[in-house]
Amino acid sequence: MTSTSLTLEGCGRTFPGGQVALHPLDLTVAAGETLVLLGPSGCGKTTTLRIISGLESPDAGGRVRFGERDVTALPIEKRDVGMVFQHYALFPNMNVADNITYGLRIKGLSRDTIRQRLDEVMAMVDLQGFGARRIHELSGGQKQRVALARAIAVRPKILLFDEPLAALDAKLRDRLRLEIGQLLRKLGITAVYVTHDQAEAMALGDRIAVMQAGRIAQLATPREIYHRPTSIFVADFIGAVNRLEVHATLADGLLRVSGGELRAPHLAGAAAVYCRPEDIQIAADGNADVRGKVRQSLFLGQSQRLLVDLGDNACLQVETASRRRWRTEDPIGLRLPPEALFHPERHAYPTKELEANHA
Amino acid sequence: MNRLRFYLQLGFTLWVCLFMIVPVIMSVMAGLTTNYFVGLESGLTLRWVQEVWALYADTIWLSIRLALACLCFTVLLGVPAAYGLLRSKRRWANAMEEALLLPVAIPGLATALALLLAYGHMRGFRESWLFILIGHVLFTLPFMIRPVLAVMRGARLAELEEAAASLGAGFRQRFLGVVVPNCVGGILAGALMVVTLSIGEFNITWMLHTPLNKTLPVGLADSYASMRLEIGSAYTLLFLAMTLPLLVVIQWAGRVANRSRTP
Ligand SMILES: Nc1ncnc2c1ncn2[C@@H]1O[C@H](COP(=O)(O)OP(=O)(O)OP(=O)(O)O)[C@@H](O)[C@H]1O
Ligand SMILES: [Mg+2]
Repeated sequence: MTSTSLTLEGCGRTFPGGQVALHPLDLTVAAGETLVLLGPSGCGKTTTLRIISGLESPDAGGRVRFGERDVTALPIEKRDVGMVFQHYALFPNMNVADNITYGLRIKGLSRDTIRQRLDEVMAMVDLQGFGARRIHELSGGQKQRVALARAIAVRPKILLFDEPLAALDAKLRDRLRLEIGQLLRKLGITAVYVTHDQAEAMALGDRIAVMQAGRIAQLATPREIYHRPTSIFVADFIGAVNRLEVHATLADGLLRVSGGELRAPHLAGAAAVYCRPEDIQIAADGNADVRGKVRQSLFLGQSQRLLVDLGDNACLQVETASRRRWRTEDPIGLRLPPEALFHPERHAYPTKELEANHA
Repeated sequence: MNRLRFYLQLGFTLWVCLFMIVPVIMSVMAGLTTNYFVGLESGLTLRWVQEVWALYADTIWLSIRLALACLCFTVLLGVPAAYGLLRSKRRWANAMEEALLLPVAIPGLATALALLLAYGHMRGFRESWLFILIGHVLFTLPFMIRPVLAVMRGARLAELEEAAASLGAGFRQRFLGVVVPNCVGGILAGALMVVTLSIGEFNITWMLHTPLNKTLPVGLADSYASMRLEIGSAYTLLFLAMTLPLLVVIQWAGRVANRSRTP
């Protein structure tokens, strides 16, 4: 399948009544790339997707391009996009096969081509033998596979997903997420995927655009977003993050914080440091950077999360292996390695050497 | 407690039978007895039915033609109208919906009078059955629009249409291939009402009819007023024989359509 790149130029959207759902936004998705739009409810993900699909037009001045072609004025039916919706949107008056071939019949393809295409996509989404089923006889997961098959059967230029797994239970969501990922790789199709689930975003996105109140807060690879967030909002929205106040910068790149001192040459002069709970290690007395008391422990199965009180109202969340039992008030020593410390708004991250050390 | 409820329900059922079913049976019997005043002893006969058929067959055909034509018009007008109301975000959409009920709220005689005042002078039109048809369509249209609109509102139509559009379907293809098939349940429910109401409609029709254009209910009133009681009753019998199968078929179609749709 030949894929197309996608460009949005200055695409904003103001709804009648003055509600600004999207501030003018520039965005490029490379051919064959999967871009995930991630963000809290109401941040403008769906609006962006609908502008790409043609269901919504951008405010004056906005341009939508598929490859070199300006499609801003084209209605959705002329844009060649495949859409997968949260609530499936399958046609209840047709069976599975008729749903999947709907777009092909609209295109007026020959009976043989349709037959062949149907077999092909049914195999891709693992639905062989389901052709004659009615829609209401399918489970949620099967419905979403049919929707996916229907969208790819017409060989669209771009695939658009709006929270396709949000209505499914956790186990099924994991499985379908994997399958969608494999399918997207295999087809090599340009895709935009909307979700508010960060695990889904990490697993599927070549790049992720984290959105906040109608703007893109950060657009980068999943690794970059997770380890080098450029704003506190992003750091906080993706995974959990600790913030520790810095009381003073000492010599030798040492920072004085509640409960001890941290070595972080790249953060000299910062008012605070940030680190992820899973990057903190529990350390014997000699090796500990900071010391405190366990205030709470939360058993999660594959790990446990400790809330450690460092005094002066400073607390750290620590994620650690789940075997050892911790009780409230147990004294604990923690090591916060320099490569785990960063400050989003100062764009201060550990240098490559530091990160290499850690590995 | 349960016993009491059972007897209350039984009582109610019997009471309903008394007023709904017994008169129908009496009427049917009257149409089949040789002499109603003598009673069943006078014997059963089909004479009255034959006589009614000879006198009023054309009214029966006209009624059926009217009902079917009325059904066609209400579907052709009502489904797009319901869709329009569904789509319109304007404030007047609600007002329109209310206004559609006007012909039901206004006495049929008044509607008919208004039609006569406006178009009565157009001779050819006035004398054709189409004039009555217009009255019937006016009166029954809301009974088509309402159930169709209700089904449309419940069917996530907007999303289905968006899906169809993304697959390349233009407006016409979406409307005929997605919208209409997904509100068949509403259309059938509406059809049942429209056909029933059109066949039984008296007020408007009585005002608009001409000696050559009599519908079944108008003929019925005629025969009650001017003929033997047995003839009127035989007429009722024919009326039932015509309408019951029609209604049963529509009901059945509705049930089949619903079964293929909902889990
Ligand atoms: N048709 C509309 N008219 C007015 N405001 C709208 C309309 N559609 C969306 N909005 C507003 O625009 C903003 C962005 O909406 P959008 O649907 O893009 O959010 P979202 O990121 O998809 O959220 P969710 O995760 O809840 O689906 C919201 O504040 C919403 O209230
Ligand atoms: Mg949304």
